[in-house]
Amino acid sequence: MARKLPHKDVVIVGLGWTGSIIANELCDEGLDVVALERGPWRDTATDFNIGYAADELRYNSRQELMLRPAQTTVTARNNAGQTALPMRQFGSFHPGNGVGGAGVHWAGITWRFSPADFRLRSHFTERYGAQAIPDDMTIQDWGLTYEDMEPYYDKFEYLAGVSGKAGNLNGQIQDGGNPFEGPRKREFPNPPMMQTYGPTLFAEAAAKLGYKPFPIPSSLLSRTYTNPLGVTMGQCTFCGFCTNYGCANYSKASAQTTVLPVLMRKSNFELRTLCEVLKVNLDSTGKKATGVTYVDTSGEELEQTADLVILCAFMLDNVRLMLLSGIGKPYDASTGTGVVGRNFCYQMANQVVGFFDPAKYNFNNFIGGGATGMAIDELNNDNFDHGPLGFLGGGSTRCAPIGAEPISKRPTPPGTPAWGSGWKKAMRDSYLSNLSVGCEASSYANRGNFLDLDPTYTDRLGRPLMRITFDFPENDVKMSAYVTKKVAEIVRAMGAQQSVEYPRTGPWSTVPYQSTHVVGGTAIGADPSTSAVNPFLQSWDVPNVFTVGANVFPQNSGFNPTGTVGALAFRAADAIRSRYLKSPGPLVHA
Amino acid sequence: MNPSERPNTGQPSVFHTSRRRFLATTAMGLVALTASGARAKILFGTGLPWDSGSIEPPRQVLPGPWTFFTPREGELVEAIVERLIPADDLSVSGKDAGCAVFIDRQLSGHYGTSDRLYMKGPFQPGLPTQGDQTDLTPAMTYRQGLKALDDHCRRTMDGKSFTDLSPDQKDKLLTAMEAGEAKFDGPVGSGSLFSLLLQNTMEGFFADPIHGGNRDMVSWKMIGFPGTRYDYRDHVLKHNQKYTLPPVSIGGRGDWARKG
Amino acid sequence: MTRIRLAIAAALLVTASFSVIAAVTAPALADDQDFTLIERGRYVATAADCVACHSVPGGKPYAGGAALQTPFGTLVAPNITPDRETGIGNWTEEDLRRTLREGVGRGGKRLYPAMPYPAYTRMTDDDIHALWVYLQTLEPVSNAVEANQLPFPFNIRLLMAGWNLLNFEPSSFKPDPQKSEEWNRGAYLVQALGHCGTCHTPKSALGADDNDRALQGANLQAWYAPSITADKRQGIGNWSVEQLTAYLKTGANHQSLASGPMAEEIQNSSSKMTDADLKAIATYLLDRTPPAGKAPAPLAADDARMRTGGAVYTDTCMACHGGDGKGQTFLFPTLAGSGLVQADDPATLIRLVLDGSRAVATDDRPTGPAMPPLGWRLTDADVAAVVTYIRNSWSNAAPPVSAGDVAKVRKTLAQAN
Repeated sequence: MARKLPHKDVVIVGLGWTGSIIANELCDEGLDVVALERGPWRDTATDFNIGYAADELRYNSRQELMLRPAQTTVTARNNAGQTALPMRQFGSFHPGNGVGGAGVHWAGITWRFSPADFRLRSHFTERYGAQAIPDDMTIQDWGLTYEDMEPYYDKFEYLAGVSGKAGNLNGQIQDGGNPFEGPRKREFPNPPMMQTYGPTLFAEAAAKLGYKPFPIPSSLLSRTYTNPLGVTMGQCTFCGFCTNYGCANYSKASAQTTVLPVLMRKSNFELRTLCEVLKVNLDSTGKKATGVTYVDTSGEELEQTADLVILCAFMLDNVRLMLLSGIGKPYDASTGTGVVGRNFCYQMANQVVGFFDPAKYNFNNFIGGGATGMAIDELNNDNFDHGPLGFLGGGSTRCAPIGAEPISKRPTPPGTPAWGSGWKKAMRDSYLSNLSVGCEASSYANRGNFLDLDPTYTDRLGRPLMRITFDFPENDVKMSAYVTKKVAEIVRAMGAQQSVEYPRTGPWSTVPYQSTHVVGGTAIGADPSTSAVNPFLQSWDVPNVFTVGANVFPQNSGFNPTGTVGALAFRAADAIRSRYLKSPGPLVHA
Repeated sequence: MNPSERPNTGQPSVFHTSRRRFLATTAMGLVALTASGARAKILFGTGLPWDSGSIEPPRQVLPGPWTFFTPREGELVEAIVERLIPADDLSVSGKDAGCAVFIDRQLSGHYGTSDRLYMKGPFQPGLPTQGDQTDLTPAMTYRQGLKALDDHCRRTMDGKSFTDLSPDQKDKLLTAMEAGEAKFDGPVGSGSLFSLLLQNTMEGFFADPIHGGNRDMVSWKMIGFPGTRYDYRDHVLKHNQKYTLPPVSIGGRGDWARKG
Repeated sequence: MTRIRLAIAAALLVTASFSVIAAVTAPALADDQDFTLIERGRYVATAADCVACHSVPGGKPYAGGAALQTPFGTLVAPNITPDRETGIGNWTEEDLRRTLREGVGRGGKRLYPAMPYPAYTRMTDDDIHALWVYLQTLEPVSNAVEANQLPFPFNIRLLMAGWNLLNFEPSSFKPDPQKSEEWNRGAYLVQALGHCGTCHTPKSALGADDNDRALQGANLQAWYAPSITADKRQGIGNWSVEQLTAYLKTGANHQSLASGPMAEEIQNSSSKMTDADLKAIATYLLDRTPPAGKAPAPLAADDARMRTGGAVYTDTCMACHGGDGKGQTFLFPTLAGSGLVQADDPATLIRLVLDGSRAVATDDRPTGPAMPPLGWRLTDADVAAVVTYIRNSWSNAAPPVSAGDVAKVRKTLAQAN
C-alpha cells in the first residue's frame, strides 16, 4: 500500500518546459504546487560545465542526458501484423531525462504552426474537396484557431528570447521574414542570429530561384536578454555542441535558463527529483483524479493527493500514464474507435547533402548551433498547390549548421569506402566542404498508426511498455520525395559538385536518429469521440486532469514542435487560472 | 595525489568527492525528506541549489595495462584498428592514435556492459527496422567475436592467426567481415563484429583525447576541427576563411604547459 | 555555502548551557506593542543581518546558527528567540544593550568578537530598543545551541577580557557635522548596523580591525573581501552611487554580480533595505578615498605567464567573459577594470576559478548564474597563469599570481569541503 503524503493543490508530472511554465503560473496564482521529476536535478554550471560540456562521445554517442532505456523504453513495430520489440537503445528519437527534460538538449528552432494547421481537415476540404483526403488519413482540426494561440506563442517567444525576424506583423508582410507565417502582434524579442557562410550561400541561391529566405527563429540568443520573468540569458557563441548537449553559457533557452531561477525561489513550489509516477489515481466514479502514486529511489510507493493533476512528461509518457490510469477510452485500430493512443505521428525528416569543391569552399561547419541558419517556407504545409500532386503536406526547408562534431558529422560522397586510407582522404576532403540542407516535414495521422500498451514487455517496475505501431503513410512518402527533389535543386544552384538526396522512405526504422518529434496519442479537439482532451488541454473524461505536450497534436506540421508545445503550456495555465479555478469542472461541455 | 596535477593523472578531484553530495548537505532549501521516510530529493523555496562537488568531469584515460581485453584480444584489436585507420601521410594509425586503448576502457565501463540499456527479455530476432535485439553486450560481443575471428583465421588461412597476416590479407579478411561473408562460429556474426569494431574505432579516433584515443588530437588536426573551443563569434562572419586557432581538448592543450 | 563569513575573529554569545535562575516576571510589553517600533526593530535586525549567523539554512530564523569556522576553532551563534530555556527569554533589555555595546552578555559572559560588537557598539539607543522590542515578538523556539566549540585555550572566555583591553573600547557613533545628513546616515549604517568592516577591514594578528586601513579589503581565508573604498583600481571608485546602490539592492550591476559571503549579505540584508539607506551607504563609501597606492606596471603581453594565461583564457573563459573581458551584463561579470580582479590579494579570483560559485538571486535579478568549477581541469600553474592574465589585460594591472598561491587556496577549499 502506498503511503499517503500531505495534500497539495496541484501535482505536476515532469519538470521540463511545460511543467516548469505551468508550475510557475500556478504558483503565481497562490496554489501549492509539487512537481515530481523522474530524473535528476540539472544545472548549467555543474551539469553542463563549460570544461566538459563539449564531449561528443559522452553526450551525443552515449546519450548522457537522455532517458536510460533500462528505466523505461518503448516497443515498436511497423504494423499490427508484426510483433513489437523493445528499443533496447534509443535511436530514432531521444527522450530527455531530468529537470528540463528534452528542452535541455533540444536544437532551439522555435516555430509557430501555420493558421491552416489548426483546422487542417477543414482547410484541405475547403481547398481541395473532401475526396483529396485519403480514407485512412485521420487528420483533424484542433478545435481552436491560430488567433486563439497567438498570445501564447507570444508569451513563449518572449520567455525564451527567440531571435528572429517577423514575416507578418498584424497582417502586413515584412521583408526578410517568413511571408507564410500567421500574423504576429509584435516583432521577435531579439534580432536574428548572425549567419555563417553555408546558410548565406543557401539564402542567395534560394532567392535566385525565387524563394524568400529568412533567418530560422532561434531560441539560441543573438544577444544578452532579460525575459519578462527577469531572468537573463547570454549571447550564443556558435560553439557547435548544441543538439543533444546542455548549453554551458546560458544562451540556449531551456527551463534552466528561463523559468527555474524564478520558480525555485517560490515558497509554494516543491520539486521532488528521482521520483517516477506510476499512475494517476481516480476515485470510485472514475471521473475524478485524487492524485498520483509514485515510487522514489528506495522503491517505496508514495501517494501524493492533489486537487489537480497535470501531466507534463515526455509525450510518450503522458499517453502511457493515461492508458495505465484508465483515463479516456483506449484507441482500437480495428474499429477506429477510442481516443487514447490515436493519431500517433512523427516528422518526415528529409535531407540533401551537397559536396563542394574543397579547394574553393570552406564552410567551417563546426561553427554553428541547433537553430542557426536560414530557411524557406515555400515547400511547407499547404504553401504550394497540392491539387495536381497527389499528396498533402510539406516541410520547412533550412540550411542549419548545427555543429560538426566528427564522430557523427563527417559525411562522404556515396561510394567512398568506410575505412582505410581511401576513406580517410575522402573524409578529410569533404569535412569542411560539405553542406547539408534539411526539410523537416509534416506527418499526417493514419488509422493504422497508434500507441497502446505492450502485451509482453514491461519496465523495471513491471508496468507494460508503450507500444508504437507506426509506418510512414504513402501520402507522406510521396511528399518527402517531392520536397527533397526541390531542395536538391537549391543545393545544386549553390554550386555543389554533387548533391545526394535522402528523402524519408519507409519502412520506419527505430535505428537511425531522425528527430525527437514524436507527437499525438491524446489529440486535442472539439469532438470527444476523436480527441482525448478538449481545446483547453483538459481530459474530457477526468476534468481535473490536464496534459500538456506534443501528445495533444492531432497530426504533425512541417515545423519543429517546441514553439507550439510551449504555447500550449501557457494556454493550459491560462485556462486553469482564468477558468478552471473559478469553477472546477469541465471547461467545455460536449 | 596533489589534485592540482589533474586532469592528467585521471585522479578524482577533491571537488567531486561524491556525486550529488549537495543533496545530503545543508545547502539551502535541500532536505532529504527523512521525517516522512521518503528518500526523494526535495528542493523548495530557496532558489537554485549550488554545490561545486556535484560536477562529474571525465577522467583522463592513460595508456597502460588492458582493463578488459586479454593480451591476445588486445593484440588482435590493435592489429585491426591499424588496418581500419592505417598510418599514411594524413595521420598516424588507429593503433598509435590510441583506438585500442579507447575501446578497452569503453568496454570496461557502462558502455561495455549495456548497463543503461533495456536488457529484459524475451529476446527474439526482429526485423532490421527494430534494431539490435541480441542479449549480447558489447563486451560479450568482443569476447566471443574476437575468439571466433581468431578461430576463423586459423581455420581458413593455413593456421595463421590474424596478427600474422600481411596487411593485404588482413584487409581482405576485414572486407569479407564487412560484407558479412566471413563465416564465424558462435553467436557473433562477422558482420556484427565488424560494424561494432568500425563504430568503436571511429569513436576512439574522433572522440576527445580524454577518453584515450585521438592522441594529441591527431584526427582533429587532420580535418581542421577545433575541438572544445566553445566560442566562434569572431569567426561567424569570416565566410569561407580558414579557422586558424589550434584545437583544444577537455584536458586543455600543449600551449598551456609552456613554462614561464 | 560554507559559512565562513565571520571567520575573522573568534567569538560568540554565551547563553546556551548557562542555566538561569528564575527570571521572575515577563518584561512589561504593553507599551512595546507599537507597530512602528516593531517594524523599526525588524529593519534594524535586517540591516544588522542578525539572521545570517543566528539561523541555519532552512531552519527557524534566529533560533541559533550553523557552525562558523574561525581561525581559532568552531563557534555557533546562539538562539536569540525569546525562549526561556534555550533562548534569550530571561534577558532584560539592558542585557542586550551590554551585549551589543560592550561585548558582555548576560551574567558577565564575555563574547568572542565573531559577534561584531566592535561595530554594534556604535548602535544608537533607539535602534537597540527597537531591536529588543522586535526580538521579544519572535516565536520562542526551543533549540539548545552549544555555542562554544573552541579548543583550549580559546574556549576560555576570560581571555576575551584581555583581548578587549587591547583591542576594544566601547564607543558610540559620532556624526561628522561637515557632511550631509545622508552621508552620516550612510556612515552609521556602514560602521554600526551593517558592520561592513567585519569582512572588508583588514585584521590585526589578534583579529581586531586595523582601522587605519578600514574597508580596504581583507582576507577571510577562502574569500577575499575586496576594498569598498573609492580606490579606482582595487576598490569601487569607478562605480556611481546608482551603480553601487543597484549592486546592494539587486546583487548585480553593470559590472559585477555578488557571490560568496556577499551574496548572503545581499539576500538577507541589503536587498531588503530602503533605497534611501542604500543610497546613503553608497554616498558614504564612495566618499572614502584611501591614500593612493602605487599601481604596479602591468605585465608585458609577451611575458610567458601572460602567453600561457592568454591561451587558457581563450580556451576556457572567453565564451562567457568575452575576448575583451567585458562579460555580459547581469550574467557574466566584467573583468576589465574590476577592483576585485586587480586586488592585491587574489584569493577570491583563484577560488572562483577552482571551485566556481553561484551569484546571488534577488527578486529584481533572479537569474543567479553560476561560475563553473574548473579546478578539475586546470593545474595550479594554469590557474596562476590565467588569473595573472586577467589581472594584467585590458588596462588592468596587478601583481602576478604564483602556482603556490593557487595551491594554498586549493588546500583551504579541500579542507572546507
